[in-house]
Amino acid sequence: MDIIIYGIINSVSLALMAVGFTLVYGVSRLPNFAHGALYVLTGYLTWLLMYRLGLNYFLAALLALALTGLIGAAMYQLVLIRVRGMPISEIIASYAIGLAILEGLRWGGLKGGTFRLPPFIEGSVLIFGVSVDFQRIFVVVLGSALMGGLWLFVNNTKLGLALKGMAQDERAALTLGIDSDRMAVVATAIGSMLAGAAAIILLPLGSIVVESGYHVLIMAVAVCIVGGLGSWTGAVFAAFIIGFAQIITVVFLGAHFQVVVALLAIVVTLVSRPSGLFGRQKELEERV
Amino acid sequence: MFGSKGDRRKERLDRGIKVRSDGVYAISSWREITYLIAPRLLFILGLALAPLALGAAPYWQRVISIICVYALLAIGFDFLANYVGLVSLGGGFYVGVGAYVSALLNTHYGIPPLLCVPLAMILGAVICTILFLPCLPLRGVYFAIVSLMYPLLAARIIEALDIFGGTDGILGVDGFPNIWLEQYILILSVIVIVFALRRLVEEDVGLVFRGVKDNDQAVKASGINITVYKALGVFIASSLGCLGGAWLTHMYMWAGLSQFALDFSIIPIAATVVGGGGTLVGPVIGCLILVPVSELLRDFGSLRIAVYSIILTAFIVFKSEGIMPYAARKYEQFERWVEI
Amino acid sequence: MGSEPLLSVHNISKKFGGVLALSTVSLDVFRGDIVGIIGPNGSGKTTMVNAITGFIRADSGTVHFDGHNITNWQPHKIAAEGLTRTFQVMRPYFSLPAYKNLIVPLFSPRARKTGGWRGGGKMGSRDTVAVDILEEIGFERDSYVPFKTASSLPTGYLKRLELARCLALRPELIICDEVFSGLSMSEMASMVPLIEKLQMEGITLVMVEHRLRELFRLAGRVVVLNFGCKIAEGTAEEVMQYPEVKEAYFGSEEVYDYV
Repeated sequence: MDIIIYGIINSVSLALMAVGFTLVYGVSRLPNFAHGALYVLTGYLTWLLMYRLGLNYFLAALLALALTGLIGAAMYQLVLIRVRGMPISEIIASYAIGLAILEGLRWGGLKGGTFRLPPFIEGSVLIFGVSVDFQRIFVVVLGSALMGGLWLFVNNTKLGLALKGMAQDERAALTLGIDSDRMAVVATAIGSMLAGAAAIILLPLGSIVVESGYHVLIMAVAVCIVGGLGSWTGAVFAAFIIGFAQIITVVFLGAHFQVVVALLAIVVTLVSRPSGLFGRQKELEERV
Repeated sequence: MFGSKGDRRKERLDRGIKVRSDGVYAISSWREITYLIAPRLLFILGLALAPLALGAAPYWQRVISIICVYALLAIGFDFLANYVGLVSLGGGFYVGVGAYVSALLNTHYGIPPLLCVPLAMILGAVICTILFLPCLPLRGVYFAIVSLMYPLLAARIIEALDIFGGTDGILGVDGFPNIWLEQYILILSVIVIVFALRRLVEEDVGLVFRGVKDNDQAVKASGINITVYKALGVFIASSLGCLGGAWLTHMYMWAGLSQFALDFSIIPIAATVVGGGGTLVGPVIGCLILVPVSELLRDFGSLRIAVYSIILTAFIVFKSEGIMPYAARKYEQFERWVEI
Repeated sequence: MGSEPLLSVHNISKKFGGVLALSTVSLDVFRGDIVGIIGPNGSGKTTMVNAITGFIRADSGTVHFDGHNITNWQPHKIAAEGLTRTFQVMRPYFSLPAYKNLIVPLFSPRARKTGGWRGGGKMGSRDTVAVDILEEIGFERDSYVPFKTASSLPTGYLKRLELARCLALRPELIICDEVFSGLSMSEMASMVPLIEKLQMEGITLVMVEHRLRELFRLAGRVVVLNFGCKIAEGTAEEVMQYPEVKEAYFGSEEVYDYV
């Protein structure tokens, strides 16, 4: 029972971490390696707004989200747009930005366990005999809600449909009057905010540390690759596969192997099925 | 109308001396020979004299060795990325493998350091190549991502299985017998490797490598097994990384998880971008600039990573050709404004 | 002509997602022949070339070449047997001079064994052999065309460069994927004798084409594909009599573009 409940929680957390990454990649073919940095940044901003400016939790979180969205958009508009279409430069540039943010934060004093966000509601509850604290329930509920909302947004709003159109065929979208550069900015902003939302939901479970930026990046990349880069369904499936695999490893082998599982999953997937479980562009790419 | 900027354009022309020294006749005139040799001599002498000049400051002498280690990595990255088409973001993996192999050879079998290093270079490269074999069919972004995962994976596995000394690393590795010997062998290998690789990429084998990068389909249709050449490319690049790693081990007399660290993956990339990719000399120049900067910033801890990340981003965005191609252009060509 | 075909494709099929790109197509090519494969856009011609030469894996069916079962071999091994191909989209190594483009095939194990086209067994400098091959295929040696960078060459020369890349391997059989497309009238006129010359040299050719007029002049036998199926086979005149072919080609006004 432990395995199932914690497996679900872990899987939803992974899906949360990955959803922003896969959105940005799906729409603008940009592997946003600053994803993890944006995650940590949002947590830190929320903390600053709450404890330095004394804002209320909810307001601080919203403001931090908006700021992260702006930073993501600025990052795209000012830097990444210039290397658009050169995948390697995109990776290196976004990774470098992420590193600059993370290591800058570390230098600025973000160390140790002193920076914590409080859980939304304290306490825990027994589910089928397993003790689960409220924050973890929030993770599952809010995570599912967020992804459901995103699905509705993409399929029912004009902006969402434009993003979806671009994800499917950028040139065709261009001919239909969708400004692909602007959409890419929007997508990066939304993706950054999703990273931020994941941070606000997940960070109360631990403390805000720089290392989690790298951890989130690795997990997001792992989930997206296993699921197939740019595929939403794939990402959710992969999150559940890796999520459960991790929990099972933790129970039977030890916590050290948690990350090893994710990394092995990437290597095995890429080697055996480069397009991932649900990816499709690779097959096209491999044709002459 | 005239005189406004819109009516003019910049024209670039080869300098007379550049054209004259292209042919074999260059050897008949001292001027042309000097023109050809001067930049190369500057590079070789600059590297060779650096330890002498800094002899009074042992700390900075050590920095030269570190520069050389990073330079080896950066040359490997440049070769692999710009001539074989595999962008490897995990330079730390090569360093780590080289470091551990050399440390194990030394502590377990008692082989002296000067013999350990070449052994670790070959053995480590073989290990790296075998481990990378499954990834070789991957291209572009996919290879980059997997290679980024390798050093992380290696460090986590060593940590989790608690092998090779676990988080403590391998202690009690022998150092080099003599600091001058240590420095000059390393500097000499950097110089030899730069010129050897620059030669290699112009040879027929080099053309095959470049073919794999530009159009692997055509290479396949030409009856050449591209996996062999990619593996060869990885072997060359990883042997450079392993050499660097082995050197570090004996320099610090220790091999540990930090040799899989981020620094070894990111500085060589930054150096290549700053120095100019595809030149093979550029990465060395990049290291000569970035590593001292990073040493100066050592007191500021992680700020240095932030600093060279920003330098890297700025170069990618604003000066993507890098220093070396820029300098070469200035040396070989002159510019003038012409009226249109 | 021997009784054994040089290239024998048997019931080859390939699916992309749900689309059947090739469905049980068979083809025999005898030594010294020029065989044409024609068909409207999207009829599976290029897929067939890719499946024969190993660039994609066929789902079912077999390919035999020169007595070997080469089904789903790696492309480089197939090329090493002497079955080589040109690409429809030419991507030479643009930054290199034209003759340097041939260094790659000349460096292959097969070319090193055979010494390149008419290399006479002994390998001279690869550069010399490369320029020789280019001259044979219509690059005027004295005009410095072989020494120009590939990016500055017009389409006609690039198509020849593709053929030259195949010839450098001293192949038994070349599959030409649309060598005539994109050429001007005069370029096309000079390409036809070139192909005839290759046939005289003893090279077997399979030509995948869009241009029917030139193909019908060259090919002894023509196979027609439509929607991944073989709908007709025979000489040019015979093929044109099939109602399916008329339907596929002449049922529309497209006919004027092709003939």
